[in-house]
Amino acid sequence: MKTLLLVAAAVVAAFLTIAQFGTAGWTRPPILAQQHGFRGTGMDQIQTKAGAAALKAANVAPDPAEPVEQGSEKAGTTYENVQVLKDVSVEEFNRLMTSMTEWVAPEQGCTYCHNTENMADDSLYQKKVARRMIQMVQHINTSWKEKHVGEAGVNCYTCHRGQPVPKNIWFENPGPNYKTAFTPRNNGQNMASPSVGLASLPYDTLSEFFGKKDVDENLIRVNATTALPESKGKPIQAAEKTYGLMIHMSSALGVNCTYCHNTRAISNWSQSTPQRTLAWHAIRMVRDLNGNYIEPLTSTFPANRLGPTGDAPKLNCATCHNGQSKPLAGAHVVETYPELTQVTADAAATQEPGKAPAQEPTKEPSPNPPQ
Amino acid sequence: MAMLSFERKYRVRGGTLLGGDLFDFWLGPFYVGFFGVTGMFFTVLGTALVIYGAAIGPTWNIWQINIAPPDLKYGLALAPLKEGGLWQIITFCAVGSFSSWALREVEICRKLGIGYHVPFAFSVAIFAYVTLVVIRPFLMGAWGYGFPYGILSHLDWVSNTGYQYLHFHYNPAHMLAVTFFFTTTFALALHGSLILSSTNPPKGETVKTPEHEDTYFRDTIGYSIGTLGIHRLGLFLALSAGFWSAVCIVISGPFWTQGWPEWWGWWLNLPIWR
Repeated sequence: MKTLLLVAAAVVAAFLTIAQFGTAGWTRPPILAQQHGFRGTGMDQIQTKAGAAALKAANVAPDPAEPVEQGSEKAGTTYENVQVLKDVSVEEFNRLMTSMTEWVAPEQGCTYCHNTENMADDSLYQKKVARRMIQMVQHINTSWKEKHVGEAGVNCYTCHRGQPVPKNIWFENPGPNYKTAFTPRNNGQNMASPSVGLASLPYDTLSEFFGKKDVDENLIRVNATTALPESKGKPIQAAEKTYGLMIHMSSALGVNCTYCHNTRAISNWSQSTPQRTLAWHAIRMVRDLNGNYIEPLTSTFPANRLGPTGDAPKLNCATCHNGQSKPLAGAHVVETYPELTQVTADAAATQEPGKAPAQEPTKEPSPNPPQ
Repeated sequence: MAMLSFERKYRVRGGTLLGGDLFDFWLGPFYVGFFGVTGMFFTVLGTALVIYGAAIGPTWNIWQINIAPPDLKYGLALAPLKEGGLWQIITFCAVGSFSSWALREVEICRKLGIGYHVPFAFSVAIFAYVTLVVIRPFLMGAWGYGFPYGILSHLDWVSNTGYQYLHFHYNPAHMLAVTFFFTTTFALALHGSLILSSTNPPKGETVKTPEHEDTYFRDTIGYSIGTLGIHRLGLFLALSAGFWSAVCIVISGPFWTQGWPEWWGWWLNLPIWR
């Protein structure tokens, strides 16, 4: 009996060891040297050379469409029901439509959004969403140019990558068995969720931090600012939510904590890298986009595009970044699409299905992050 | 220093690995030997270079003195003295002096005709250090991955290097190492208290024997590992702690580049419950 148990234990141990070696995803040198801080601080990004090359190959920006000669006809006068790109020339308008098909629906083609019998028809929800998405891209490339996206800008491909639904979207996560109300008291954590890199941290951090446009500016901040407690601080659960969000940001950008922070003093701005300022603005940008562009589309989407609690598919850092610190390796994707780098229609001028037109964010993020 | 009458008996000639009779003598209570000389050489040189590094640095504050390794751009080449070259020479001196000490221990063991358990145990500690500043940097292709020499700076390195893998407590080898460290102190506390308990009986009673010690644990948990066994166990636990520490850092980087929580995906994906 004793021998039998010993043999059984040895077999199980051997099996687990082999499984662990074979399936965990171990890597091997050579490692790509990427130093982000003073020597010896350990502020380095760790990537294998092979992994970095594969990531680069998987994130190539498509070539822009051939430039067209500008005619004098405007799209708004030639075509019916053009609401956002009225003042763009017909040639440029058609070039953008062709590019959008390639960026978003290369397999489905024009019919993914358009009724080909009547191109002006708004009966397909995809068309209404696409119109709002054009406005969102214009908004990102103007209002968030200085603070986050820079000269590189974004176009449809930055997120869509040739797919009608971008790969990295998220819904509110109500946890297991929420429909039967037989919900375990798990405090919203301990699910090894991919959204927090398989850690035991709270799995629905994004709803709180990214889902709403008007949230407490210091929601994420959990570090004490004084050496000794002077008032009741935030609970450990708040720190775990922040940790969960930080793991999301790290995985989304393919970087580790030291890309932005010197972890000896995580909250201290003067010891952080410049990238942290970009990330601070990016958090506000994601809230702005989800709150002002995505959420108002909830009633436009059909039920099968909505999440378990009926919320619209939202964006997070990974939606654009796709595992790279700069989406599409920092390629300038709107250089030849000037219509995407300016707001060409008043937000109120377009017909919002169901809901009142979204307002531009009234509360601009403060240019200087609080200390 | 006075020598006890029986000590002379153990001060025998020979047993040296290198140098023959040349350094086979004692200085006061200390055996010298070839490796005593090399050990002293590396120690003095290395310490002097640390002091030189502090002198050309910005501070004499003992907490803040920092001898940092080179930038990653130097790879495995030599760096300028003031840009990490000093760290490289000091590392060489440290490895030289630690190894000399271990080999001097070997020579003393040979003189006494005892086992090599002490130098072996010390070698595991050296192995852990060498893993940090030689093996792992070599595998990753730059000396710059080594830790800086400074009281606070090396702690900052530990913090940042841990956060390179998002949550280091999920590192399986780190888990083993931490467990062994705690178990070592636990076993030492049990052993130490047991010996003191049997050698400190109530007033008027005689000191108790190992039979009492064994019986104590047999009564408590049904088993006593025994007088020799507890030392084997203690050595195993302590060396395992150091060994798995070395493993947990050498796999971080060369063989794992993601967050450590993600490593556990293999467990979640076992076909039994996937």
